[in-house]
Amino acid sequence: MSLDNTYQAVMARKNEIMKSSMGLDYEVYRQGELAFDYERMMNDCGFTLQDIIRIQAETKVGNTPMYELHNLTQAVRKISAPGKGARIFLKDEAANASGSFKARRASISAYVAAQKGYKGVIAATSGNYGAAVASQAAQRGLRCIIVQEVFDSHGIGQPEIVEKGRKCEAFGAEVIKLSVGPELFYYLLLTLEETGYFNASLYTPFGIKGVESLGNELVMQIRSIAGKDPDAVVVTHAGGGNLTGTARGMLAAGCRAQVVACSVDLAGLHMASDRDFNRKSFTTGHTGFGVPFATWPDRVDVPRNAARSMRYMDDYVLVNQGEVFYITELLAKMEGIERGPAGNTSVTGAVALAREMNDDQIIVVQETEYTGAGKHHNSQLAFARKMGIEVRRGNPEEGVNGKSIVIPEHLSQVKGRRQDMEKLRVSYLKNAAKQLAPDKWSDIDRSFVAADVKKDLAWLDAALKSI
Amino acid sequence: MSKVPAGTWVEIENILLTPEQRAPQVPEDTRATPYVMRVAGFLVAEAELGSETEVRTLSGRKIHGTLKVVRPHYEHSFGETIEELLTIGLGGEL
Ligand SMILES: Cc1ncc(COP(=O)(O)O)c(C=O)c1O
Repeated sequence: MSLDNTYQAVMARKNEIMKSSMGLDYEVYRQGELAFDYERMMNDCGFTLQDIIRIQAETKVGNTPMYELHNLTQAVRKISAPGKGARIFLKDEAANASGSFKARRASISAYVAAQKGYKGVIAATSGNYGAAVASQAAQRGLRCIIVQEVFDSHGIGQPEIVEKGRKCEAFGAEVIKLSVGPELFYYLLLTLEETGYFNASLYTPFGIKGVESLGNELVMQIRSIAGKDPDAVVVTHAGGGNLTGTARGMLAAGCRAQVVACSVDLAGLHMASDRDFNRKSFTTGHTGFGVPFATWPDRVDVPRNAARSMRYMDDYVLVNQGEVFYITELLAKMEGIERGPAGNTSVTGAVALAREMNDDQIIVVQETEYTGAGKHHNSQLAFARKMGIEVRRGNPEEGVNGKSIVIPEHLSQVKGRRQDMEKLRVSYLKNAAKQLAPDKWSDIDRSFVAADVKKDLAWLDAALKSI
Repeated sequence: MSKVPAGTWVEIENILLTPEQRAPQVPEDTRATPYVMRVAGFLVAEAELGSETEVRTLSGRKIHGTLKVVRPHYEHSFGETIEELLTIGLGGEL
């Protein structure tokens, strides 16, 4: 009997497909209409931090260098008030197999898939994660299929997306290249069903646990270099797994540094728009993912998202495309390293924040990613120009997403902008209210929602009155 | 039209969803277009460009589709030089 493969029919089979493709039953964690036992779900996967570190060491993941960016720190101090300008450190996650922190995220899923006897793994992803899954699968003897949104209706893919697809193939993965649209998930389900492979989703407990080693390592390194804890850690933020895993790892190490999310501001561009697809010079780490995922994490390819960024986020800084390109160039010229866009987003955020911090404080950029043809800022700007976007030097605040990119003329123009955390939390509440009217929330739902935005019940009651 | 030999590295294409079949939440400009997939693989049997055919992918799956490209390759690069970048970091910013 052949199955009905229309969009609606496949989406209706979602839960059974998910269950058999991960061997994980999310129902057992359910506590209320909104609430579920997050910590129990995270602990049930059965890996301690030490297990994670050992498993990752088997496949070239972890133990990445921590560098102090002396020259950039000096430059920031020159444009800051006296006594200001924190020491800026950078964790070189590009040194992981596959060239980004995403190797941490993929490593445990690949390990579990092999242990459980799955023949292969599948992931739906915009890029780096695909390369990471492919690289980990190759090392664990698993087959690999990556489902990726690659081209617009003219068949054109922006250079970074194309490069990410290439890298997956380089590690032996089959890459399904798709046109623009949220139906990526539909095709993922079809492929999981057909192959019986393991769903190496970005948002499982395995994925997030894998990133905890990053937060832990970072704290240990700063303690050993500086003899104290960092004051702030900047995390490039999209779907929220990078922030969640890093923050959890930091907490496990007993570090209470501020956790600051940073995204490229892409306001005005629609993520599922065929037209806007090739008018973005960033493929991740931007507000198109960062804001919706922070304010409603359960919009993903698993029933409950293990990446719950608002639980851990203290602050959220936005930078614009021009600012990041400027800092990328400066990193090469001043610090002698070329790195890719996502990590450089938080370097840009760190420059903006370091200016306000005291010069005896420490700010850490928790990742870098690889660069090269397609991922390079010159590739992006050249492509943007071809798409009719104006590229010039000037005040970066004048840039209009999709129309112009204005690259600063001076470091002092790299300022970033804080998002209002309170607004984000209220926006989360509104999304929760869409699931179930707040007057119907049980006590356990209320506690869950408050914890999910890092607040207490008193705050919740007051905030609910305002919406 | 000349035949492409079996075993050649090719790219095939399929329309997965027509505009009418697309997900309800897609924006208008996207909805006007079909949902398309492409995948590369080794041609299973000799075929003509534009014909329905089958490939074996790198993961070992067999997938049907329309033969679109023979020996697909990557040509993404560093792009034409952006002169606006060259003057950054030479001392002027401080
Ligand atoms: C290199 C890199 N950094 C940061 C991010 C953002 O991580 P997350 O989606 O977990 O917020 C991504 C993910 O797309 C990435 O590939």
